Amino acid sequence: MAIGSRRVLVGAHYGLRDWLIQRVTAVVLIGFLLLVAASLVVAGRLDYDAWSGVFAPVPMKLATVIAVLALCYHAWIGVRDIWMDYVKPAGVRLALHVGTILWLLYCMVWTVQILWSV
Amino acid sequence: MTNSNPIRPASRSQIRNIRFGELYHYRLPLAGIVSILHRVSGLLMFLFLPLLLWLFDLSLSSERSYDRFVQFSQGWIARIVLVGLGWALLHHLCAGIRFLLLDLHLGAERVASSRSSLAVLAVSLPLTLVLALFVFGVF
Repeated sequence: MAIGSRRVLVGAHYGLRDWLIQRVTAVVLIGFLLLVAASLVVAGRLDYDAWSGVFAPVPMKLATVIAVLALCYHAWIGVRDIWMDYVKPAGVRLALHVGTILWLLYCMVWTVQILWSV
Repeated sequence: MTNSNPIRPASRSQIRNIRFGELYHYRLPLAGIVSILHRVSGLLMFLFLPLLLWLFDLSLSSERSYDRFVQFSQGWIARIVLVGLGWALLHHLCAGIRFLLLDLHLGAERVASSRSSLAVLAVSLPLTLVLALFVFGVF
């Protein structure tokens, strides 16, 4: 296999996929921040009616769910990298990885429940 | 010639990570400070995710819970935490945009990347100050 710029990428992807997903999700999150900011500017005021009005339309709910999916995937890659850099014992690291995944899934479902109760 | 530099001993048998005690002697460049703060701010937001979701729930559930949300966010500890998380978001956002540009090979040269790391702090810190003034009711 050629090494360097001619390296052939095979099954393990050398982390390329995670690297790319972290950047794509970052752009999605920037877009969502701009969307919420624009919605508030359009609303023109900041009270309960304006704020809940932003998240009332179904397209905005779906956009928020997509943003939270992006956030959780983004956070998973980032936090996993932190555990991999600083936590060396395999058992502790595995527990942290599993805990992080379960916690992010919990937050994801929680967000859906919050959104559809508006 | 004696070598008293703890970072680069005259002979070292293996490549290893920096040791904790050596951190004090290591002068991290500005880009390195921006980079480690990107990590710190990201972890901070991850750890405070339950608080943020709880506040999101409170702000949306009903008009009464919205009032409780406003009341909570005016507490002193809450104000400090919100400014801290605001800094984390602003730094993470600004540094993140810089990293995306670097990935596109924009400003990857030594001088340009040093300047852009200064620009990250020059944008995120004043914005944090504006946020702090707003949260603490100056305007």
